[in-house]
Amino acid sequence: MNSPVPPGAALPDHPDFLWRTPEPKPSYDVVIVGGGGHGLATAHYLAQNHGITNVAVLERGWLAGGNMARNTTLIRSNYLWDESAAIYEHSLKLWEGLEDDLGYPILFSQRGVLNLAHTEQDVRDSVRRVEANRLNGIDAEWLGPDEVAKICPIVNVSDDIRYPVQGATYQPRAGIAKHDYVAWGFARRADEAGIDIIQDCEVTDFVVDGDRVTTVRTSRGDIACGTVALCAAGHTSVLLDRLGVRTPLQSHPLQALVSELLEPVHPTIVMSNAVHVYVSQAHKGELVMGAGVDGYNGYGQRGAFHVIERQMAAAVELFPVFARAHLLRSWAGIVDVTPDASPIVGHTPYANVLVNAGWGTGGFKATPGIGWAFADTVAHGRPHPLVAPFALDRFVTGALVDEHGAAGVAH
Amino acid sequence: MQLITCPWCGPREETEFRYGGQADLAYPADPSALDDEQWARFLFFRDNPKGTFAERWCHDAGCRRWLRAVRDTRTYVFAETGPYGSFPRRSARPERSA
Ligand SMILES: Cc1cc2nc3c(=O)[nH]c(=O)nc-3n(C[C@H](O)[C@H](O)[C@H](O)COP(=O)(O)OP(=O)(O)OC[C@H]3O[C@@H](n4cnc5c(N)ncnc54)[C@H](O)[C@@H]3O)c2cc1C
Ligand SMILES: [Zn+2]
Repeated sequence: MNSPVPPGAALPDHPDFLWRTPEPKPSYDVVIVGGGGHGLATAHYLAQNHGITNVAVLERGWLAGGNMARNTTLIRSNYLWDESAAIYEHSLKLWEGLEDDLGYPILFSQRGVLNLAHTEQDVRDSVRRVEANRLNGIDAEWLGPDEVAKICPIVNVSDDIRYPVQGATYQPRAGIAKHDYVAWGFARRADEAGIDIIQDCEVTDFVVDGDRVTTVRTSRGDIACGTVALCAAGHTSVLLDRLGVRTPLQSHPLQALVSELLEPVHPTIVMSNAVHVYVSQAHKGELVMGAGVDGYNGYGQRGAFHVIERQMAAAVELFPVFARAHLLRSWAGIVDVTPDASPIVGHTPYANVLVNAGWGTGGFKATPGIGWAFADTVAHGRPHPLVAPFALDRFVTGALVDEHGAAGVAH
Repeated sequence: MQLITCPWCGPREETEFRYGGQADLAYPADPSALDDEQWARFLFFRDNPKGTFAERWCHDAGCRRWLRAVRDTRTYVFAETGPYGSFPRRSARPERSA
C-alpha cells in the first residue's frame, strides 16, 4: 500500500498556549477536582449549557496528563444494557459534532469496530448484543468470518488458530480521536468562557461543616467552594477517604503500547475478549494495542511486563502480519474499576459533593456525554436522567448495570 | 516480573499467583441478620488505599494455598508475606454511610 503522503503529514502543528495560567481565586461556585477529559468537558458544558462560569478545574499534575493522556481512544456505544447504551450513544452523537462545537480539530475518525466472537457462547452473547443495540437505535450488525475478513483483511479468520474467529459484531460509527486535541479543545473553550484551569494544584483535604464541604484544601492554598465535582478517576477513592465515604472503587494499573510507525495496514478497530487484545492503527501509523487491567490494585502508573507479553501473543495470533513489528513504547494509567464495570455518578453523603468516577477502562468514549450530563447534574443538584442509573446506591438496591460482557477487554 | 515469597514454597514468580484483593474480610457471622446496606458493604465495598495494603494472594500454580501479603500499592513492593491469618488485623476506619 503506497501512500504518496507520509503518515502524519496532515496532522496540525503543535498549538501555542490555548488557555491562561491563572492564580486560584479565594472561592468558586463550582470546584472541579481533576483536569482530565471528564473534568474539562464538565467545565465546558457548565459554561456552554448552563452559563455557569465561576468555576475552577484543579489538576494536581499537568492538564490531561492522567488517563486522558494514556488511553487508546476507542469510541463506541455498542453496550448491552439500555442504561449504558443511552449514555454512550448520547456521547457518540456529541462526538459526531464535537469538532464544530469546540472549533478545534480532534481527528475523530469513524472507522468502525469489530468485536470478535470465538466460541459458541461468544456468538450467542454477541448476537444478543447486536439485537439489544438495534432496539436502542444503535448501529450494529452481526458478521460472519468472511465479512470480517472483508472489513479487516489482516485478521486471521482461518481455522488454523487456537480460537478461530466465528464472527463479529460491527459498529460502523465507532472510531478513534486524538486524545490530546480533545482535552485541549475542551480546555480552550472552558478558558474562553472564563473558567480557571489551575494546574499543579493538588486537592489534599476538605473542610467540612455538617453535611457540606465548605473549602477544599490544596497544595496552592484553601479554596472555598459552592459545589465540589469530583472527576479524579483513579484517585477518587483517595479523595473520598478524606471524607470518610466508602465506595466499591478499586484502582488498577492499565497498560497500553504502540508499535513503531507502519504503513496503513489496519483500517478499523478489532477487539477480542476471548483472545484478549484490541488493536487499532493511529493516524500517524503506530499500531495501538491493549487489553485488560493488571490484576492487583496499584497507583504506580506502570504495570507488569508479563501482562504485555500475553497481549502480544494474542495480537500475533490474530494478526500474523504483526509478528515482525517492534514495540516502541508501553505505559500505564490508573483506572478506577467497579464490580459491575459501570461508572458511579451522582450524589455522595455530602450535600454539595458530586462524584463522577468508576469509568475504569472505558471512559474516554464517554468524555463529551458525561461532561454534558455531569454538568447538568451539577447545575441542577439532581442526577441527569442519563446518569441516574449509575448512582452509588445501586450497590445497595441491587440494580447493577453489569457490562462485563461488553466491557471485558474492551475500552 | 516480581518474585513473591510463598510461605510454603519460597520465592516464586508473580505469574504463579492470583490476586485476591483486600485481606481480613470476615464472612458475616449471621448473614440473614444483615440489612441491604450492610450486605452491600460486605459484598462490594473495599479499601483502596494509595500506600500500604493488606491483601490475599493465592499460589495458584504452586501449593494452591492462600497467603496474606502487605504490599505498597504505589511501588508494588511486598513488605511481608505469611500464612493467611498469621498477622494482626487493622481496625476498621470511621466512615459515612452512602
Ligand atoms: C491504557 C489505557 C487505555 C484506555 N483505553 C481507553 C479506550 O480505548 N477507550 C475509552 O473509552 N477509555 C479508555 N481508557 C479509559 C479512560 O482513559 C478513562 O476512563 C478516562 O480518561 C477517565 O476520565 P478522565 O479523562 O477525566 O481521567 P484522567 O485523565 O485520569 O483525569 C483525572 C485527573 O484527576 C487528577 N487528580 C487526581 N487526584 C487529584 C487531586 N487530589 N487533586 C487534583 N487533581 C487530581 C489526575 O491528575 C488526573 O489528571 C483507557 C485508560 C488507560 C489507562
Ligand atoms: Zn506455595
